[in-house]
Amino acid sequence: MQKKISKIPFKGTPEQEAQLKAVIAECKDDKSRLMHVMQKAQDIYGYLPYEVQVMIAEGMDVPLEKVYGVSTFYAQFALSPKGKYNVSVCLGTACYVKGSQDVLERICSELGINEGECSADGKFSIEACRCIGACGLAPVFTVNGEVYGKVTPDDVPGILAKYKNAED
Amino acid sequence: MSLDNVCGCSAAEEIIPLNKTNFYKKQRRVALRNCGVIDPENIDEYIAVDGYRALAKSLTELTPQDVIKIVSDSGLRGRGGGGFPTGRKWSFTAANQADQKYVVCNADEGDPGAFMDRSVLEGDPHCIVEAMAICGYATGASEGYVYVRAEYPIAVKRLEKAIEDAKAYGLLGDNIFGTDFCFNLHVRLGAGAFVCGEETALMTSIEGNRGEPRPRPPYPAVSGLFAKPTTENNVETFANIPQIVLNGPEFFNTIGTETSKGTKVFALGGKITNTGLVEIPMGTTLREIVEDIGGGIPNGRKFKAAQTGGPSGGCIPEAHLDTPMDYDSLLKIGAMVGSGGLIIMDDTSCMVDIAKFFLKFTVDESCGKCTPCRVGTRRLLEILEKITDGKGTMEDLDTMEALCYYIKDNSLCGLGQTAPNPVLSSYRHFKEEYIAHVRDKKCPAGVCKNLVQITIDPDKCKGCSLCSRKCPVGAISGEIKKPFVIDQSKCIKCGVCIDTCKFGAISRK
Ligand SMILES: Cc1cc2nc3c(=O)[nH]c(=O)nc-3n(C[C@H](O)[C@H](O)[C@H](O)COP(=O)(O)O)c2cc1C
Ligand code: SF4
Ligand code: SF4
Ligand code: FES
Repeated sequence: MQKKISKIPFKGTPEQEAQLKAVIAECKDDKSRLMHVMQKAQDIYGYLPYEVQVMIAEGMDVPLEKVYGVSTFYAQFALSPKGKYNVSVCLGTACYVKGSQDVLERICSELGINEGECSADGKFSIEACRCIGACGLAPVFTVNGEVYGKVTPDDVPGILAKYKNAED
Repeated sequence: MSLDNVCGCSAAEEIIPLNKTNFYKKQRRVALRNCGVIDPENIDEYIAVDGYRALAKSLTELTPQDVIKIVSDSGLRGRGGGGFPTGRKWSFTAANQADQKYVVCNADEGDPGAFMDRSVLEGDPHCIVEAMAICGYATGASEGYVYVRAEYPIAVKRLEKAIEDAKAYGLLGDNIFGTDFCFNLHVRLGAGAFVCGEETALMTSIEGNRGEPRPRPPYPAVSGLFAKPTTENNVETFANIPQIVLNGPEFFNTIGTETSKGTKVFALGGKITNTGLVEIPMGTTLREIVEDIGGGIPNGRKFKAAQTGGPSGGCIPEAHLDTPMDYDSLLKIGAMVGSGGLIIMDDTSCMVDIAKFFLKFTVDESCGKCTPCRVGTRRLLEILEKITDGKGTMEDLDTMEALCYYIKDNSLCGLGQTAPNPVLSSYRHFKEEYIAHVRDKKCPAGVCKNLVQITIDPDKCKGCSLCSRKCPVGAISGEIKKPFVIDQSKCIKCGVCIDTCKFGAISRK
């Protein structure tokens, strides 16, 4: 799978940075612990944005492209955060046949991001998934686990508005 | 007064001791002997069952050469898939002089559906610590690494505790048992890449890099981890070591067959009544596993084939049910022992579809370093997709076979070299099934969606309309109390209607 580094602004806190620095300090004399540092960084930040990769590269004294290379090689490293609201569109066969691809495209255009990305305000992320066992309601998508069934592309703005307008 | 009067149950319902049940009767536990028996987080319990005595014996009574001889004489072969003689592997590393050598334990367990290494690490972590220290002594290594897949957090936690406790007891660290032997262990976590189970990729990953395989030679015994001589073994291989050293080679080489000694753990799964880990003497036949230990195929269905070795392995058809499960017998029929995944399939499984499933896995997991694997497996998958879509030609079958051999012969590492195995072995044993897909455009097992039709038998249909209300795509129509029909151009073959119909009127052909 191809991974893209997230474009949304980095919102790390000084506490998180201090935590990461502590991990780096403990490991920096042993370059083979790069993956360990990256795993800890992902625990701290939830994903590995550019800024974090830079901190790791500098702290561990390895080239940034090496950090990036490792982050894209292993399935477990996430380069994009999940939004406050994670929209998951079913592309299983039943949903696909009933037009879930159109629904997905509409969601992407409504939110201005692509599948696998997170919006700039960190509010929404979009992912595609396999059958979630609600084929009878196809096409289906979920928002943080809440199921919306038998949706048409035109239903999308109304449903998303609920979350867009929700209080933070 | 007899016991059954007390408990109120008749003799016919007598409680059978665990080791007399069909599931356990034919099993023999060496690698799993402590799993579920001792508290894995308590070092004293391990010590109480002879734990660390094999290490003490090695360090105080045996020379490194003695240890290697015992392991060689036991006939133990690697349990990680390759089946390479363990004693010989150790002797290679021992023979190389270096300022630093390493022992590596492969706990990446990538075969989907296999979980024996996990069970050992979670159920008996000290056994691995002890075995690695023995290996360190035998080969002259003072540092060890265990590479555990990140999906096994409990195994990691128990292993780390075992290492801490062993250190506290002086069983790891400097001057173990008052000798001048020193040994330290480290745990490293994987991050979700199947190829990292390959030994050279695993070492590259421990070094903190993208886990791409390296060309061999140089072999790890010469230049392995951090370019130093390294011995790498699988978890289950190590799990046998303390018992072998403690009880002598005869303890082990009297179990099993001529060329495959000892026991092997299989993860039995799929369409079989009893699923779970089974540890059996090498050479037990597949029939004994399926019929006696596994309790047969459920739902009155028929055995069709067993897949061993996961995505690198092959299938064993019914005609070979009496094949002894050992390295050489399985290789002869185009399958392999592999790491021990054993998936049973019944007549509702389509062999072309299964081959496609495994190939999808390897396509996803190919690291991309070499072209035959990266591009070749993808082209192979496309041919299989064409066949299961009903668009295949007889020439495709020839191309498929030729491509399989090309990928096998030209890939850099074991992943690519074994990726075509599920295709080749199913083609070898189930050729007629491939031909049915191509020539007759039929999937005999009724699995490949583009080749089956779901139809309603008008004689059985009562016209209740239930199916038409459940169909997700509105493909079923009709008038109440008259037979309903399925619009084949709309039907997506989800099968919902079959399960819905109370009269058994709908079937898949
Ligand atoms: C693609 C690939 C994946 C592998 N995965 C594993 C694995 O998950 N666990 C394992 O022990 N060996 C695995 N192996 C085999 C190792 O390369 C190596 O042969 C083995 O760990 C050696 O240990 P042994 O001699 O004790 O069997 C894999 C090999 C290949 C080519
Ligand atoms: S055979 Fe496949 S997995 Fe192995 S090195 Fe080549 S591309 Fe990578
Ligand atoms: S198989 Fe599924 S799609 Fe086809 S008719 Fe039955 S319910 Fe409808
Ligand atoms: S295919 Fe979408 S819920 Fe099943």
